[in-house]
Amino acid sequence: MGTSPLARLSDKLFAADDVLRFDNVSLTYGRRAEALRGISFALKPGSFHFITGASGAGKSSLMKLIYMAVKPTAGKIELFGHDVSKVSAGDLPFLRRRVGVVFQDFRLLDHLSAFDNAAVPLRIAGLKPESYRNDVAELLAWVGLKDRMHVLPPTLAGGEKQRLAIARAVVGRPEILLADEPTGNLDAEMSERILKLFTQLNRLGTTVLIATHDQTMVARSGMPVLHLDAGHLIRRAAGEE
Amino acid sequence: MSDLLARRWRPATFLPEADNRDGSLTFVVATLCFLACLMALTVLATNRAVNTWSDQLTSQATIIVRPRANETPDLAAARAAEALAGVPGVIEARALEREKAEALVEPWLGDITDLEDLPIPRLVAVDLDNASPATPSTLAAALKARGIDGIIDDHSIWTRDIARSADVIAWVCGGVFLLITAAAGAVIAFATRAGLLARREVVEVLHLTGAENLFIARLFQVRFAQLSAIAGALGAVGAAGVGAVLRLTAGGGELTHAIPILWSDLLVVAPCPLVAALVAAIAARMTAERMISEIT
Ligand SMILES: Nc1ncnc2c1ncn2[C@@H]1O[C@H](COP(=O)(O)OP(=O)(O)O)[C@@H](O)[C@H]1O
Ligand SMILES: [Mg+2]
Repeated sequence: MGTSPLARLSDKLFAADDVLRFDNVSLTYGRRAEALRGISFALKPGSFHFITGASGAGKSSLMKLIYMAVKPTAGKIELFGHDVSKVSAGDLPFLRRRVGVVFQDFRLLDHLSAFDNAAVPLRIAGLKPESYRNDVAELLAWVGLKDRMHVLPPTLAGGEKQRLAIARAVVGRPEILLADEPTGNLDAEMSERILKLFTQLNRLGTTVLIATHDQTMVARSGMPVLHLDAGHLIRRAAGEE
Repeated sequence: MSDLLARRWRPATFLPEADNRDGSLTFVVATLCFLACLMALTVLATNRAVNTWSDQLTSQATIIVRPRANETPDLAAARAAEALAGVPGVIEARALEREKAEALVEPWLGDITDLEDLPIPRLVAVDLDNASPATPSTLAAALKARGIDGIIDDHSIWTRDIARSADVIAWVCGGVFLLITAAAGAVIAFATRAGLLARREVVEVLHLTGAENLFIARLFQVRFAQLSAIAGALGAVGAAGVGAVLRLTAGGGELTHAIPILWSDLLVVAPCPLVAALVAAIAARMTAERMISEIT
């Protein structure tokens, strides 16, 4: 199992070159045309990338492959040095816990308070409420939800939901953070704030991958871009338009 | 935050608390538990009735005495009673008067008091020592020694029949009990399936966040075990209520009543909530585990 501390450590050592590696990966939904075609790239630990592309280009599909919600139709994906198609059902949850995801549609649990939503990954990891209470409250305050902690998601505004989804994704200090259009519903000021949060996490060692439309954010950050065009990956240099 | 600290705060469960199917599910499980508890009460009452009857029957024997040609029936019966009274294992032997014998045969022959000459065989009722009752063969030997012609009925045919009927009732009740348990399990499995589909969003999020299948299955297990414990308590209370009504209407506490329920019998329903919870837990767990690995 990849769960013992020693095994996890060795995972990190062996995966030192790449946190994530796509090797000629294709994805087809049912009998449709391929959503992704022959994608190859690798992410170094501690790197920060944007994924850009028009709507329908395959950004979300790429994310889904990484957080293992769908399996590739062809090709090989390695996450933390594990071939994801060969990971046993028992090890899969532990691999997923090392990945933080901001879903494009948020996927908040409507019956749980904002606070409990943010704490979901910690509870799943088996932490006791007393041990994470302050951290979660602090994080929610940081994303501007200090006064909304006890509110249920259906009563949150779009931007608030998004910030909550972000808080949930980062609360467990994941080794890789995937964010699918995380600033789509946020104003310029909050977008900047969220980007700052991602940058801070990145400095602490988290590998960051953000799918976005927001060209201003991409341009301002100066981080490298992976551009998708109708399921094909086109690499671009940092800051290049 | 102050709000958080002020309350003795506990995170909400991952599954929504209430579900609009809960009412009918509780009703179905409660009904099944009610029936199962009635079944248990029936077995207890039957066993008690049977024990009472067989005790009465095995502590008695009846001798049908056939008078010899030169003897009156009454004399023959008196001689037989005398002979039997001395046998070890016999407490008392009484010759029944003609009236009693007539009363015994009346249901079959009607009123025969006018038929003086009808040779009604005389009966001798023998009370046996319960601890070491005289066997039919010792009784027969005692009669033969005195040259008395008699047929010994030690009621063993009846006790055998009653015991057999009691066994059949117990087996039938046991079978019905198993059937009810299986039905309860199936209902819970069905509900778990529906619950999982209705909560698919929740299950998916938990899954993608790294929850193990067992963790998610356990959420459903706990949920349905709780519901079934409550339903089991309702069913048990209902059955105990019915038992209490039977007990009260039986009056005076005689065990000879057709349904001899004791107050202490009502305790048999006590484990019902626990058993219901256990059955539900197993059914929900098995269904959820299988289904989660299917849909994710
Ligand atoms: N679950 C799905 N089933 C079928 N087709 C899908 C599904 N999800 C996405 N697609 C298709 O795959 C393509 C890429 O979609 P997506 O990855 O969502 O793009 P983006 O996130 O860049 O907008 C689109 O043509 C879309 O219609
Ligand atoms: Mg998308």
